[in-house]
Amino acid sequence: MEFSYEVKDSYAEVKADGRLNMVSAPKLREFVTDVIAGGSNRIVVNLENTAFMDSSGLGALIGCLKAARQAGGDLRIAAVQPQVNMVLKLTSMDKVLTAYPTAEEAFSND
Amino acid sequence: MTRFWTQVVVVLTVLTGLNYIAWRWMASLNWEAWWIALPLVVAETYSLIDVMLFGMTVWKLKIRKGAPQPPHDATVDVFITTYNEDLDMVLTTALAAQRIRHPHSTWILDDGARPELKALCEQHGLGYVTRSGDWTKDLPRHAKAGNLNNALMVTHGEFLLILDADQIPEPDILEKTLGYFNNRRVALVQTPQYFSNVPASDPLGSQAPLFYGPIQQGKDGWNAAFFCGSNAILRREALMQLGLVGYVKETEKSIRRALAASRAAIKQARKSADVESPLVAGVLDEVEAATREAQEEVDAGRPLSEVTYRVRRRVDAAVQTLVEADIAALQADLEEIAAMELAHVGEAGVPVVADDAVRRMSARDWSPLGALESVQAVLDALTVERSNEAQPVMPLATISVTEDMATAMRMHAMGWESVYHHEILAYGLAPEDLKTMLTQRLRWAQGTIQVLLRENPLVQKGLKMGQRLMYFATMWTYLSGFAAVIYFAAPIIYLLLGILPVSSLSWDFFVRFIPFMVVNQLLFAVAGRGIPTWRGQQYSLALFPTWIKACTTAARNVWFGRPLGFAVTPKARQSGGPSWSLIRPQIVVSILLAVAAVVGIIRLVTGLAEPLGTLVNVAWVVFDLVVMSILVRAVLYKGYEPAAEPVNREES
Repeated sequence: MEFSYEVKDSYAEVKADGRLNMVSAPKLREFVTDVIAGGSNRIVVNLENTAFMDSSGLGALIGCLKAARQAGGDLRIAAVQPQVNMVLKLTSMDKVLTAYPTAEEAFSND
Repeated sequence: MTRFWTQVVVVLTVLTGLNYIAWRWMASLNWEAWWIALPLVVAETYSLIDVMLFGMTVWKLKIRKGAPQPPHDATVDVFITTYNEDLDMVLTTALAAQRIRHPHSTWILDDGARPELKALCEQHGLGYVTRSGDWTKDLPRHAKAGNLNNALMVTHGEFLLILDADQIPEPDILEKTLGYFNNRRVALVQTPQYFSNVPASDPLGSQAPLFYGPIQQGKDGWNAAFFCGSNAILRREALMQLGLVGYVKETEKSIRRALAASRAAIKQARKSADVESPLVAGVLDEVEAATREAQEEVDAGRPLSEVTYRVRRRVDAAVQTLVEADIAALQADLEEIAAMELAHVGEAGVPVVADDAVRRMSARDWSPLGALESVQAVLDALTVERSNEAQPVMPLATISVTEDMATAMRMHAMGWESVYHHEILAYGLAPEDLKTMLTQRLRWAQGTIQVLLRENPLVQKGLKMGQRLMYFATMWTYLSGFAAVIYFAAPIIYLLLGILPVSSLSWDFFVRFIPFMVVNQLLFAVAGRGIPTWRGQQYSLALFPTWIKACTTAARNVWFGRPLGFAVTPKARQSGGPSWSLIRPQIVVSILLAVAAVVGIIRLVTGLAEPLGTLVNVAWVVFDLVVMSILVRAVLYKGYEPAAEPVNREES
């Protein structure tokens, strides 16, 4: 799995390419924590190239959400792929993490 | 009577042969030219072993007097296997099969799944079988063996007559063969393969009168008659037993392999820096304990299905614990977020992850264990479902492109008996051009070498020594390509350079060599009872590039998993003019031989070479060229013309 980020006008976009699983989940936490520590608390995780997510990956996303909220910001997700979407629905986490079609739209109304 | 005289000549051949070869090894080697002397004596030893195995084969020549009355209630399925052959031809064969007198069902096994053929079958009241839905794209199809294995699952006759699409059976084929099965141990009756589109001169060497004659009759004497893929009747019970035994063996093998691999996979996963969480380490501990326990159970002979089921249950439970821990942590995070009151966490408070969601997240395809790919792969292999094959039970062996040989050998190893019935009861079509013929010979040779390398008959449990040697004899003959190269090289080297691989061509040589050669030819004449064997002898030498290619490609396939470059033998003639390029190596060798002969004679005239050596080697060259001359006729052969040469059905 590969992570990258880019600071945009009102938010920082984190890209997580690959499979978000037991092995890569701790790395996502670490990566997002670092981004927040760098001063961005409005985070969009772009899941465009995340084909798969397991329970550890989901746990990491929620963990990152907590970190963003604790820093006074928020975490949103964008471009969710089918399997990830199924996991979110199944666990009701779609009620916690709203999926936006694109990263640009995630913070467009606030 | 034939058998007595054959045995006399066999004894003489062995005695003269050993006398010659012992002298060659002990007293005749020209060590100064060891680089040709040694290969030549090895090649000669190879040939002597070949002749001795032939002698052993015909030693037990079995001439059967016909089968007893068959049980009239024996049920039979007639299978006609096809892939892409001409529909007219397939239908002609099928309608002839329908007219077989003993009650039976006729099935066309269409591996090409052609709707037109299906329609023809419905129209003529023929059974039609294609691969079932289990044969998905990602699973091996196993060519003809797969086609037959598939059909075995949807039919139920006690006996199976297998016919290639071009083999038109006689109406009495079953009446003449089924009676052999009155012996409950007989699993196979093979009849000859004979081709009706071959002129008497047989330019492509299509008829195999020596094989479908003394060789099969000899193998029959050793209870090792070969199954040759078509024109044969098989006992379903034997095939099914083969499939079941094979299934159990394969499963145990793959489970043992997976258990052995699991140790390495777990160790590797532990080492990898990615896995630091104590939860993951816990799962790995559990997986390791489960596989260790499974190993003990397998060693103790516990049923494999139970063992694998228990491993799976244990691993599943561990994975579920892991998922539950993930979800619990997530839930705790959500509670904290809610407690911060910083933003909404959903209209109805903190959502709770349901138990069935946990179960779904723990299932094989979404399991966190999937992240440890090597561990997951090993666990997937711990199954009795044989998920890497379309059907768990594969009655016809799939280890070789010549499934027939491999299948019969396994039957023999399980104690079944076989019969060779020496009477032509089906008429087929041989290739009518060199290219197709070469493809066919290459395939046979490749398949044979695959069996040798995968299930060497010399070490198979259950086979009698005679049976081992009968299978080995056929495999041994396919190594002749390497010997041929040496036989071509030796006269060329002498005639061009004057280097003789033997220390001297003297009385000592001729007195040993000539009796052996004479008796050797006599053996073929006596054992063959006047059948033409010369064409076969020519091709066994002249097709040396094919034999070598078969050995190298089969070895690469078996040892390194490389593809064979396998092709179905086309039944229709390939178009185009004479294709000399097919025999390029043979043309090069022939030119070298001719040039060497000319140079040798010049050297003789100018006093550089001695007369006797030159004479022997020029004679050798002439023999080689006469042997290879058949290829010229083969390249120029324009296919069979029935008007010019009527088929003589009596000849075999």
